[in-house]
Amino acid sequence: MTQSVVIQVGQCGNQIGCCFWDLALREHAAVNQKAIYDEAISSFFRNVDTRVVGDGGSISKGKICSLKARAVLIDMEEGVVNEILQGPLRDVFDSKQLITDISGSGNNWAVGHKVFGSLYQEQILEKLRKSAEHCDCLQCFFIIHSMGGGTGSGLGTFLLKVLEDEFPEVYRFVTSIYPSGEDDVITSPYNSMLAMKELNEHADCVLPIDNQSLFDIISKIDLMVNSGKLGTAIKPKSLVTSSAGAFKKRQEKPFDAMNNIVANLLLNLTSSARFEGSLNMDLNEISMNLVPFPQLHYLVSSLTPLYTLADVNIPSRRLDQMFSDAFSKDHQLIRADPKHSLYLACALMVRGNVQISDLRRNIERLKPSLRFVSWNQEGWKTSLCSVPPVGHSHSLLALANNTCVKPTFIELRERFTRLYRKRAHLHHYLQIEGMEESCFTEALSSLSALIQEYNQLDATKSMPAEELPRLSVAV
Amino acid sequence: MSIVTVQLGQCGNQIGFEVFDALFSDSHCPQGLCSKRENEAYQASCKERFFSEEENGVPIARAVLVDMEPKVINQTLSKAAHSGRWKYGQHSCFCQKQGSGNNWAYGYSVHGPRHEESIMNLIQKEVEKCDSLNGFFIIMSMAGGTGSGLGAFVTQNLQDQYSNSLKMNQIIWPYGTGEVIVQNYNSILTLSHLYQSSDALLVHENDAVHKICAKLMNIKQISFRDINQVLAHQLGSVFQPTYSGEGSFHYRRNPLGDLMENLVPHPEFKMLGVRNIPQMSENSLAYSTFTWAGLLKHLRQMLISNAKMEEGIDWQVRPPLSGLPTRGKMSLNKEFHFNTSIANLVILRGKDVHSAELGAFKDPALYTSWLEPVHAFSVWKTQRAFSKYEKSAALVSNSQFLVKPLDTIVGKAWNMFASKAYIHQYTKFGIEEEDFLDSFTLLEQVIASYCNLGF
Repeated sequence: MTQSVVIQVGQCGNQIGCCFWDLALREHAAVNQKAIYDEAISSFFRNVDTRVVGDGGSISKGKICSLKARAVLIDMEEGVVNEILQGPLRDVFDSKQLITDISGSGNNWAVGHKVFGSLYQEQILEKLRKSAEHCDCLQCFFIIHSMGGGTGSGLGTFLLKVLEDEFPEVYRFVTSIYPSGEDDVITSPYNSMLAMKELNEHADCVLPIDNQSLFDIISKIDLMVNSGKLGTAIKPKSLVTSSAGAFKKRQEKPFDAMNNIVANLLLNLTSSARFEGSLNMDLNEISMNLVPFPQLHYLVSSLTPLYTLADVNIPSRRLDQMFSDAFSKDHQLIRADPKHSLYLACALMVRGNVQISDLRRNIERLKPSLRFVSWNQEGWKTSLCSVPPVGHSHSLLALANNTCVKPTFIELRERFTRLYRKRAHLHHYLQIEGMEESCFTEALSSLSALIQEYNQLDATKSMPAEELPRLSVAV
Repeated sequence: MSIVTVQLGQCGNQIGFEVFDALFSDSHCPQGLCSKRENEAYQASCKERFFSEEENGVPIARAVLVDMEPKVINQTLSKAAHSGRWKYGQHSCFCQKQGSGNNWAYGYSVHGPRHEESIMNLIQKEVEKCDSLNGFFIIMSMAGGTGSGLGAFVTQNLQDQYSNSLKMNQIIWPYGTGEVIVQNYNSILTLSHLYQSSDALLVHENDAVHKICAKLMNIKQISFRDINQVLAHQLGSVFQPTYSGEGSFHYRRNPLGDLMENLVPHPEFKMLGVRNIPQMSENSLAYSTFTWAGLLKHLRQMLISNAKMEEGIDWQVRPPLSGLPTRGKMSLNKEFHFNTSIANLVILRGKDVHSAELGAFKDPALYTSWLEPVHAFSVWKTQRAFSKYEKSAALVSNSQFLVKPLDTIVGKAWNMFASKAYIHQYTKFGIEEEDFLDSFTLLEQVIASYCNLGF
């Protein structure tokens, strides 16, 4: 079994990361009743004897002593990280896993990338190497950050290049929070654009997520919870958004519900790699199956169900509803309508008591309403994991490589162009050493090239699938 | 003579477990419908073929378990150990930490050479436990990375190292609507490589077995376990012991050799399909009786109309009348096509087996012209009933059974290849575009050869 290291960068990244670790602990506690340190837990946690000073405390088998997250926490302000270290999860991290500064990046990608990048490069490398050493077989880095700010965006993407050079064999999965239209950070289009270029070039797989979609999902859940339909009740602990049942009660903060959704996404993504099932899917299979061309590595995700009703007997109609929801635009974690765009590939990762026939029945049912690219008409990757998430009997994570990401990128380009045309705020960036106008123009052309790729694919949507002549052989 | 099984990847290991379990259960089944002595001879033969003995009497499967990540092997080992009836050898498995990522190139070019020595050593140890080796089963899927890529590599090695022993690959064809997006690439690479190093490819299609579970076994929520059990049943019905000759009560010692001799007369034609009859849930079994005439009539029609199971058979398909002009090339587009065979093997198990009338299978119209029916058709029998079926029949056929499915896979792979999608994932590990083209060429050749059987 392999291990993964989570690198949380910036305010957003660390807040989401915090929710993730909380959920991960809860999940493992629920599954691993005997508190034995097994391979599933070892994928995200080390087992450490805290009485031993220094590095020698790792225990590889037997009872759980003290779990330490395989994480590196990076922020150029101390607020968020300090809060984590004083909160209920303080024992899960140790000071050797942190990199902090006090001044912050001022919502400036250039400060995060160029200034802090060079300042902290050595330290970052050192912490990464340490975490890698603690792993038997490191498979994946999960980077969590936002695109609109300075640290997550700039330093977070600086990291990608470092990881690619230092650990070329290890996958780089990036969960990126894209700014929504009403973002109050004026320079977020610059930051996002500059970050996109790095994601294009150095990430293996990107899961774009936007705050507005998360917010809409929350609102829908709230509506459902509060509408109190006769006879329905939400099963406790089943809200994807809640931290109810957390190890220690935390005060719910405004972004908590939204962060929990992303945390659930990451947990479900790795569930088939950690737990057993009749059709396993490892993390390296994600990029193998969903990335047909190296540049097209942006995956739209959707998570269902968002809550479970308290019915004990879940008839298969409910199960089928879960599949239908996964393809509706209301359940996507980014503003996108996959049903009306073109699929390049789609992965369905199912957890819980779902069998192959349920999966096949639903694929057959949904296929006619979805458009797949001509060379991948049956582009489905499926996995069945026996262990359901906490509070649910089953769940489905759908990852789609679909041209519906295009509008997000086009909108980003537009917002960028509006600012750049007037050269607004540009001096904040250009005054940083290493920054030139070419950085901006290169980023713009990188994004334009990507949009063009999607355009070309979309153009094939209406063309009939042509039968290519096969090789003819003499018999 | 013994058969050593190599189980590769998640699919291979999950199925391997069910196969050994089915073999064991059947050989210890109390409803053998034969004399005690007969039953003991059957058990002993099955045991020699598939199990070795440990000190405390628990039989150990003659198997080597290989996977590039540990979860499935751990599960398989513990399932076997928990059954208390048989188990796998303690040191018979080889496992790594990180899987093959559904990448044939990774399984073949990276894992293969890296772990060649360890895996071949394990196999050697298992072979040494046999008094005499009949050959190898290699159980693998085509769709993933380990079973397919590493499976192809191991088969090649077996050909080099054990050139005198026979190898039969049990290949699982994935569902048409994907389990893995790159399954068609993995499939064509696997098949083209195996065609050069294996002696016979016995194909099991997930779609077909799924239908059997749904329609014949009446299972509502079909799991992979159900599918694997049906598959194991099919394999057991072919490879459990049978008499070595007409009228003999000694059990056949060289099943693989006899099978290859009968069914694979020419290296261009290695693709074998298996059908069996009857297939039903245990509840229905209690209320059913069969006649050999009925069973064989259905089985023959399944053969000539290429039906995957005993329900929904197209009775309109008839063998062409002799004397008429040659049937010509098989059209891949036509629906109702007559399935021309090169060779067929029918295995009969159960009551009154010697009274079964098999003349209809010897009709020359069923076969291609270059073999006499007396060479093209063979039958194995035993009075000992299989797995609670009072009478059961299995058919292993080298015929046009698999042409359409193969053609479909090649077509889809070609379509994807033309757009170059996913190719970078393969070239990363040393499988170049030329390797793909070579595979396509070989398989188009195989398809064309099978299509032309009607001439």
